[in-house]
Amino acid sequence: MSTGIAARRRIVNSVMLSLSGIATIAVIGVLFFILGYLLWHGGRSLNPDFFTKLPKPAGETGGGMANAIIGSGKVLLLAALIGVPVGFLAGVYLAEYSGKTFAFLIRYTVDLLNGVPSIVIGIVAYALVVRPMRQFSALAGGVALGIMMIPIAVRTTEEFLRAVPNSLREGAMALGATKSKTIFTVVVPAAMSGLASGMMLNLARVAGETAPLLFTALGNMFWSRGWLKPIATLPVMIYNYALAPEEDLHQQAWAAGFVLLGLVLLINITARWIIARGRSSSRR
Amino acid sequence: MATTSTYVANGSLTKRRSFLERLRAGDELSYLVTLACSVLILLLVALIAGELWFHSQPTVKTFGWHFLTSSTWNPNGQKFGALPFIYGTCITSLLALLIAVPLGVACSIFLAEMAPPRISNLLTFLIELLAAVPSVIYGLLGIFVLVPLIRQYLVPVLTHSFGFLPLFQGTFYGVSILSAGLVLSVMVVPFIVSVSREVLLAVPVEQREAALALGATKWETTWQVVIPYAKTGIIGSIFLALARALGETMAVTMVIGNTPVISKSLFSPGYSIAAVIANEFAEASGELYISSLIFLGLVLFGLTIVINAGARILILTTSRSGVAAS
Amino acid sequence: MATPQQQQLLKETEIAPQISSLNKPVPAHKLNARNLNFYYGSFQALHDISIDIAQNKITAFIGPSGCGKSTFLRTMNRMNEALRNTRVNGELLLDGQNLLHLDVTDVRRRVGMVFQKSNPFPKSIFDNVAYGLRVNGFGKKRVIEEAVERSLTRAALWSEVKDKLHKPAAALSGGQQQRLCIARALAVEPEVLLLDEPCSALDPIATRKIEELLFQLKDITTVVIVTHNMQQAARLADYTGFFLMGKLIEFSETRKIFQNPSKKETEDYVTGRFG
Repeated sequence: MSTGIAARRRIVNSVMLSLSGIATIAVIGVLFFILGYLLWHGGRSLNPDFFTKLPKPAGETGGGMANAIIGSGKVLLLAALIGVPVGFLAGVYLAEYSGKTFAFLIRYTVDLLNGVPSIVIGIVAYALVVRPMRQFSALAGGVALGIMMIPIAVRTTEEFLRAVPNSLREGAMALGATKSKTIFTVVVPAAMSGLASGMMLNLARVAGETAPLLFTALGNMFWSRGWLKPIATLPVMIYNYALAPEEDLHQQAWAAGFVLLGLVLLINITARWIIARGRSSSRR
Repeated sequence: MATTSTYVANGSLTKRRSFLERLRAGDELSYLVTLACSVLILLLVALIAGELWFHSQPTVKTFGWHFLTSSTWNPNGQKFGALPFIYGTCITSLLALLIAVPLGVACSIFLAEMAPPRISNLLTFLIELLAAVPSVIYGLLGIFVLVPLIRQYLVPVLTHSFGFLPLFQGTFYGVSILSAGLVLSVMVVPFIVSVSREVLLAVPVEQREAALALGATKWETTWQVVIPYAKTGIIGSIFLALARALGETMAVTMVIGNTPVISKSLFSPGYSIAAVIANEFAEASGELYISSLIFLGLVLFGLTIVINAGARILILTTSRSGVAAS
Repeated sequence: MATPQQQQLLKETEIAPQISSLNKPVPAHKLNARNLNFYYGSFQALHDISIDIAQNKITAFIGPSGCGKSTFLRTMNRMNEALRNTRVNGELLLDGQNLLHLDVTDVRRRVGMVFQKSNPFPKSIFDNVAYGLRVNGFGKKRVIEEAVERSLTRAALWSEVKDKLHKPAAALSGGQQQRLCIARALAVEPEVLLLDEPCSALDPIATRKIEELLFQLKDITTVVIVTHNMQQAARLADYTGFFLMGKLIEFSETRKIFQNPSKKETEDYVTGRFG
């Protein structure tokens, strides 16, 4: 009788563990499916025109997304200029200066900001920038994405600065360096590879964001001069073209998706590899 | 106060006095600037809440709490009600979790308990890449790949086997609650896997050893000892996934159908809070219309704060490093 | 009647009188402590310390773990201020000026420190040694280059690293890294050099090298070293102070401390009855 139960337990064991393996295969399978399909379909639709031409007016085929590529670049640049310094400096404060209770408050608020849905950030950027200016603009888009970059910038900075051993700080201070000198000439350089890759991941994350740009940067079929006009961005173009009736535009949406995903994944893999390498080499 | 000081012995170095002052100023400056940035973040969040609240007022004054229970959404007639969107948001998120949680937890079990470390790390790395895929790409795949697949394979099966349920009745046109729920489930699985795996790995080895030493099988150890120990963290990961699903915009709006109706059937199109804002905000005119959309944003904001806070608390009590993964 | 340990100590302290006889009869005092008290929060770690550190000599602090010798060392360059909730009162005179009231970065430039475990910055060898100079405002390239070579020579490291000055400091061995830290401290030409158990993480050969160089450093600076190794104190130091439970029990010429201590606690410690 006991062997019967034992056998049943063994079967249950094998079945359940196999199921978990199957679940993993399913999840990994989805990833490869996404990549594969995008590679195939997007790669097919990709041609040099994509990178050099402007979108064609409705009804005509052909054209490209040159303006959207540059547009994304401009908006992301602005976002980085806004989000990275604020996030970095706040992270420095948390890691090097602040007391416990205030630090808890800031960290909690940063987490809160991180959890705000991107569409809501879009609303706020609209209220803060678009409404007063009566104008959709690259600036508004940059502000929206910049706000989204802040929480990760803070967390990354704090995490990597804290990881720098205290003995380095002591060594610098013993030579007569002030606290700020110690931080910026010893601690930050020591954490640099982690900080840089963290910022890369941060940028990759907002590069794919569409929702906050829908009513801040809006979109543009042409080149956008300066920072105060509506501007085309890659994710928004994908969205617009995917919903358009023309098949030709669908193809372009795939191509754009290919480029966007390729860029995002490339940055992700590079950054994570740098971080992983940094972690293993610091364990001496 | 030290002024110039020449060195003893072989010294050839003399200090310049003004540098001392500059140094000291640098220290104060550094402290103040970093503090200012931290305070700026606090102000920013207050500003966000404030702006949302302020711009919602016209709707609040006109409809009051009735806004949240009314299901009429008629911009032309200036009648606005939030219920269809709240319903759509909740249903799609619920559906997503129903699929993603078992799948994600099972996967995390495999990665934490079964797979050898190197494979586990590699696979986790790949799964975390899934979380990096932009939402609009999921939407793209949703429209052109998932929806036709659902229409061709899943819907006939569901209608055939479960058609008696009101859940699976009606015509399926492609864009629907079902499609949105399925796309969302794919999007939130990586979060569940990643955090649950961390939490499971944090369970002390001694717990497993104790069970195994008593003759339990690997599965029994996992199911009866490890998972209960890590329970709070896993629930935290579910909360995190939920918060993510609630706020998800692009993929949802591309496959949900964008129709403000409440239907018992999953085949029916629907609308979510994030989707309606994304679709209608740019062209919305009239104070009441805009403020209704903003009020919806406020509702979403409040919801995600509460759920995220819950998630952090749950995860922090069980995670390995004490710094929650996201 | 002397134990083997005492005989060993006797042998080693025979060196000390030979050196002290070369010096002027009354050595000048570089650093003086007067009634120094130090508190970690409500815990008093140092009680009423008064001591005169002789210029251009090696002074050693010995005592069991937790006796306060490292704490006292760290008050001498005010490193303890970096910790929260600490308090100090009394006087700590550097060339007659109370260094507790001077600008702290100036004090730290004049009173250098080498730590127990070497802590080179993740920079090149050159940048490590140059760091103190740069951070204190001596930016001229030629001045820095000369100072780097001078310091590395004094730390007995120049010949080993002169061809790889721009390689990372992390590539050096443990003993070399510690000598690098000494060079780094020497580059700003400190008037006093504090060393907190500098050899405790090193093998005997590396230890020997550092001890030899400390002998030579006496000429250019005043050396204060904390050590838990009594033989090391006996080998190196002109003067030795014995600390116990936050108090300075006895302080005098090394030979006297080891051969003929006045206090019973000192005698118990150096003969190995405890600690």
